[in-house]
Amino acid sequence: MRDRLWIIAGLVLFLAAITAPFWYRPAHARDLAKLPELVLPANQRQCVAPVSYMRASHMVLLTNWRQQVVRDGERKYVAFNGRVYQKSLTATCLGCHNKEQFCDRCHAFAGVSGPYCWNCHNASASRAVAASADTTMHSPEGTHLTENLPPHILAVLASRPNTSSPGSRP
Amino acid sequence: MFMFEKALRGSRQYWIWLFCLLCVMVVGLAFYLYQLHIGLGVTGMSRNVSWGLYIAQFTFFVGVAASAVMVVLPYYLHDYKAFGRVTILGEFLAITAVLMCCLLIFVDLGQPARVFNIILYPTPWSLMFWDMISLSGYLFLNVIITVVTLTAEREEVAPPRWIRPVIVLSIPWAVSIHTVTAFLYSGLPGRSFWLTAIMAPRFLAGAFCSGPALLILFCLILRRTTGFDVGHKAINALSVIVTYAMVINVFFILVEAFTVLYSRIPADVAHLQYLYLGLDGNYHLVPWMWLSVLLAAVALALLLVPSWRRNPVMLPIACLAVFFSLWLDKGLGLIVGGFVPSPLDTVTTYTPTLPEWSIVLGIYAIGALMITVFYKIALAVHEEIGEADVHVPAVPVGTADR
Amino acid sequence: MKITRKDFLRLSGLSFLAGGAMEAARAIAGRSSAATESQSAPVAQSVRWGMVVDLRRCQKEKGCTACTDACDAAHNVPRIADPQHQVKWIWTQPYETVFPFIQDGYAEQSDAGIPVPLMCNHCASPPCVRVCPTQATWKRADGIVMMDWHRCIGCRYCMAACPYGSRSFNWVDPRPALAHLNPDFPTRSKGVVEKCNFCEERLANGLKPSCVDACPQKALVFGNLADPNSEPRQLLRQRFAVQREPELGTGPSVYYLV
Repeated sequence: MRDRLWIIAGLVLFLAAITAPFWYRPAHARDLAKLPELVLPANQRQCVAPVSYMRASHMVLLTNWRQQVVRDGERKYVAFNGRVYQKSLTATCLGCHNKEQFCDRCHAFAGVSGPYCWNCHNASASRAVAASADTTMHSPEGTHLTENLPPHILAVLASRPNTSSPGSRP
Repeated sequence: MFMFEKALRGSRQYWIWLFCLLCVMVVGLAFYLYQLHIGLGVTGMSRNVSWGLYIAQFTFFVGVAASAVMVVLPYYLHDYKAFGRVTILGEFLAITAVLMCCLLIFVDLGQPARVFNIILYPTPWSLMFWDMISLSGYLFLNVIITVVTLTAEREEVAPPRWIRPVIVLSIPWAVSIHTVTAFLYSGLPGRSFWLTAIMAPRFLAGAFCSGPALLILFCLILRRTTGFDVGHKAINALSVIVTYAMVINVFFILVEAFTVLYSRIPADVAHLQYLYLGLDGNYHLVPWMWLSVLLAAVALALLLVPSWRRNPVMLPIACLAVFFSLWLDKGLGLIVGGFVPSPLDTVTTYTPTLPEWSIVLGIYAIGALMITVFYKIALAVHEEIGEADVHVPAVPVGTADR
Repeated sequence: MKITRKDFLRLSGLSFLAGGAMEAARAIAGRSSAATESQSAPVAQSVRWGMVVDLRRCQKEKGCTACTDACDAAHNVPRIADPQHQVKWIWTQPYETVFPFIQDGYAEQSDAGIPVPLMCNHCASPPCVRVCPTQATWKRADGIVMMDWHRCIGCRYCMAACPYGSRSFNWVDPRPALAHLNPDFPTRSKGVVEKCNFCEERLANGLKPSCVDACPQKALVFGNLADPNSEPRQLLRQRFAVQREPELGTGPSVYYLV
């Protein structure tokens, strides 16, 4: 056991390193431990799912929404309380929540280094679109596609979630 | 780790060489981080030439990887004893080349963090999926084979019997990696330059001359630097393989050229014209393509005359000529030439940029480092068992169990 | 029986590998069967969106870029100066490069040189979908060839496969090249491929594509090709129409009235 000293020194260093989070306390530790000041929406009292679920699993919900909207063309979300929402990060989530004061603050606190949603999605999305639970996706300008279609095609369109015309919601 | 300790003992030159490679790797890594930050816009690729040096070099090195079959097949299937020493070198070269291919694909991705989407969403109708399967399978097979045979060699016992079917499987698998790589290109309806059934055979012919040519060069370097000699018989046999494969490769290229030039279908002619004569005032690749032709001619002349082929000065020159002729033809012209002119008849200049070259050089350095370490291990094992045991027991052939 | 350290390590390594391989095989089997189901699901093709481009109407408005402008604004398509890095959804190209088979020196070519609007053809048998290794681009039941920018790994195989040059890659971050941002449509990140989506986000709201609405000459006619009475089908009955490179068997959904 010529190497006893080295082995013990190594073990001590190793133990010190892995227990560091428990005993190392930087000067601003008090600030770090402070809960983030989240600004909650003023216009709504209920999110698309119960708070406990959203707090733990909002990313799962967003991933599912993304899959359903982009790949399956299903754009309507029926919430647990029966209300219908548009599956949209920018229109529905940001319709109530403020990105900087809600998403970013909590992510910063939790040490979640920015999900890449915002590389593409625009946080400045128009708020008015989906502030209410009624989420018809009207657009003011433009001609309606269904104007010139015969009735039997209209019926087909109405039955298809991804091409449904306004007013034909169930 | 697998006999890795043998790579940790070396001369001063050995460590200086490794240090130089490390420096090149660091430069490559720095440029890759730059590319990761800015995007693939730091390369010379563009909307019309959307694949460049990375994919072209990938294609070339798939060939180098596949070429190991040219030593594995004679040694294991035909019990060609002269390849006893060179086979392990060929297999290590294959492992290195496959890993370089993986890196070349990886640096070409716009969203490298999502690379596992290929496995997460397996898509059997995409040739890229099959390329991943065949390359990773080939890597796996070769790692198993080298570890098992080298371990057996060190312990001076015959390798276990179960390794033989694995080796036999690796032979068609080697053909498959380059065939699937050719299918990547030859199945695209809008790219007439690649839309040819001879693509896969041509790829294989090119692989079977450029790979063994590189292997010969490595053997000659090893003989000079370490005194390890694979034997004249092995070198001669390899050079005959290079000769035949090069002849077939040139033949295939000429066949291709005849079909295009005699049928005179404008869209097909345009690609050859761009590569060898220049199109719309763009002569960028013309000197390189003719250099490739010239090198091919020199190589053929040196290889076809038996006394020249056996000449210790002529042979390395011929091998270098083969290697660089194909490096230009397959590792640059073949991919870029398929994109120019574009489907909308646009001629776009493609010049690899400094970051692109540096990243490719970095991958070369990784390859060189791996080859150095692998060969070091193989040679160390060889020295360990002593010069007396030149005739390493090959894998039991058929019933011949030792 | 004595187990050496080497044997132990070897065994545990192999068990890990075997476990991982089984998990992977199960996942792959599950996924690909799901994928083939969705591919082979019986789809009564009641809707196939398509476009008819009336070149005679189009060329009345010289130097018009209304369709490109409307599309770029709606979809946050960047205007990048460097032609190497350009991103295009709908753009124009001279007639003779779009239809190279019309190359007779003697036939009167009144159309030579006129700009032809180009976009994704939303092929019936799209080569880009066939080659994509992650199904980031796929074909919807209504004929639209979609892009999933969340899934695209940026391998650009689809760009090599597309015989129409309809696909663009984001060589750099597109955001700095956007003068105006449409907040209701995402931008793209660097490193993904994009192309025309037939305004599927507008179709979902019952609106026609922006380029169709923007055209001052009504030269772009959009509708359901599967419906014999639709506007595009009526036009196709009345006038001689061509597709781009129909001989490749891709079955483009965009027709040109010449």
